[in-house]
Amino acid sequence: MNQMSGPYFGPYGGRFVPEALIAALDELAAAYAAAQADPAFGAELERLATVYSGRPTPLTEVPRFAAQAGGARVFLKREDLAHTGSHKINNVLGQALLTKRLGKTRVIAETGAGQHGVATATAAALMGLECVVYMGLEDTQRQALNVARMRLLGAEVIPVKTGSRTLKDAINEALRDWVTNVEGTNYVFGTAAGPHPFPAMVRDFQSVIGREARAQILAEVGRLPDAAAACVGGGSNSIGLFSAFLEDTSVSLYGFEAAGDGVETGRHAATLTGGSPGTLHGAKSYLLQDADGQTIESHSISAGLDYPGVGPEHSYLKDSGRAVYRPVTDAAAMDAFSWLTRSEGIMPAIESAHGLAGAMELGRELGPEAVLVVCLSGRGDKDVETAVKWFNL
Amino acid sequence: MVQSVSAADGFGAGQAIARARAAGRAALIAYLPCGFPSLTASIDACRALIRGGADIIELGLPYSDPVMDGPVIGQAVTEALASGFRVDDLFEAVAELAPAGVPIEVMTYYNPVFRRGEERFAADLADAGGAGLITPDLIPEEAGPWITAADAFGLDKVFLVAPSSPPARLRLTASACRGFTYATSTMGVTGLRTSLSGLARPLVERTRAAGAANVCVGVGVSTPAQAAEVASFADGVIIGSAFVKRLAAGQDLESFTAGLREATIR
Repeated sequence: MNQMSGPYFGPYGGRFVPEALIAALDELAAAYAAAQADPAFGAELERLATVYSGRPTPLTEVPRFAAQAGGARVFLKREDLAHTGSHKINNVLGQALLTKRLGKTRVIAETGAGQHGVATATAAALMGLECVVYMGLEDTQRQALNVARMRLLGAEVIPVKTGSRTLKDAINEALRDWVTNVEGTNYVFGTAAGPHPFPAMVRDFQSVIGREARAQILAEVGRLPDAAAACVGGGSNSIGLFSAFLEDTSVSLYGFEAAGDGVETGRHAATLTGGSPGTLHGAKSYLLQDADGQTIESHSISAGLDYPGVGPEHSYLKDSGRAVYRPVTDAAAMDAFSWLTRSEGIMPAIESAHGLAGAMELGRELGPEAVLVVCLSGRGDKDVETAVKWFNL
Repeated sequence: MVQSVSAADGFGAGQAIARARAAGRAALIAYLPCGFPSLTASIDACRALIRGGADIIELGLPYSDPVMDGPVIGQAVTEALASGFRVDDLFEAVAELAPAGVPIEVMTYYNPVFRRGEERFAADLADAGGAGLITPDLIPEEAGPWITAADAFGLDKVFLVAPSSPPARLRLTASACRGFTYATSTMGVTGLRTSLSGLARPLVERTRAAGAANVCVGVGVSTPAQAAEVASFADGVIIGSAFVKRLAAGQDLESFTAGLREATIR
């Protein structure tokens, strides 16, 4: 493997955080390096992946869906079938195990749609850790079901009333908690962004997606896919998928961002398409910002992609041309949501539906000989209310 | 490129701290955010701080994601942005305030500096007569372009140290600072606290031992009694939220500042 281990991915990454957190980040990076060198840590993570998360997740070919994707062969990596309903569990189990290695007893997390919050509350319940989840006030109202799930799991959910009251501000509030309580608290960050070591560490914990998918497609088709595709918000499921194919130059990598009402309208969350380099939440990366460097609020029907930043490795992959990032509107994502549900009986998360919409377009470009692997990062149960409203059911 | 008035030439925080020291005091460093409740009102409020005897003005640049700030300052900068604050306004405010002869240190998160370009930001600040920057989310290792620009324009560079900073980091940070080293009194964000953290004094001592000439203490210092305690062991006392709270409530700033200045007498 030739993985970049941070803190920098080309000109991106780094640690743009208050000095008070540097000692904790150093401690975390050292603990993670020690864990990587310790076979017992890897074995425990793998055991939990198998007996708790339900890994390996299947790779499912979806031929009826693919009729709308130019007839290409489309395979879905089924992270929706992992415990708690998304890929988020892969990362939180790793970080919760690290928390125990650090001797810390309290974890904090941010959440937008609630999937990372639910996963963190789940891992905290499993390992007996105190858990506090920061969630924008608006998101707690939009995603009341996930708030209830977290509380049932024993987590404290704190509605964030500062700034724009969404995911961006939930991260700010979690960082403020961490600055204050860093001695006994570990920050379980939900995506492959933030200060070093989070981008590399979260990618590593999510790389199981790509490793399994690569082996599964080779076993199933006998060759590598022409393209690997996933949705990109902060970018953890996509970087987890991409990581296995980075050196397979025959495999094109596609990340699909949330274009909301359309990038040209300004109401979107397509950071790599419509943003520019800057610093947000501890890393240098692309972000949505105005001429003064003030962060601009993002817009997407998908709460999990509704974020004005993106992980630094994606910024590097974009600039280097190794991966291609394209915008997908709310409307295109909801069409794909509907089509996968009806054609295959699989209801995707709206986040994942952005990747599916991109794959439909990609299949039509590449034609019927093409083989596509698409990460189905989560299931759509949480999105039923949004879908009912969208389709006027 | 070299400015006639700059921190390096004797108009920076270091000189203000030295003057206070010669007068038997710790320097009083008073913070207010630019543009709150309006640009002109924030300039007038800073003038009240100067009349009350502040040795250094710490002028905050409102930013959308202020992770080091607690609710009082957080709310004020959110309001400043909502009412249309622009970074250009900051330089206007600095230019208005600088002739009073009190160094103006701008407190800013890094992204507005990166976005404008470190060199252009430094040039604009120097042109306006500002003394330098206090950068709460920038550590020296990530600050290369800013350090280069600050050195070219003779501006102060104020980085932070925290109770969690180990000796090697204290040395690194102390050696990167010009003007003073900002010691955060406690692990936490800005705001009012009932008593001064016991972590402040040992941090000041460790930072001095790491080579810092001037160590000023902020975060969680808000009352004359706390200021007096800090003045007994630090080179400067940094107060922010207490001013912002009074400004938001329409209370007098000048007499409050004068009381704090009294408290800085050793």
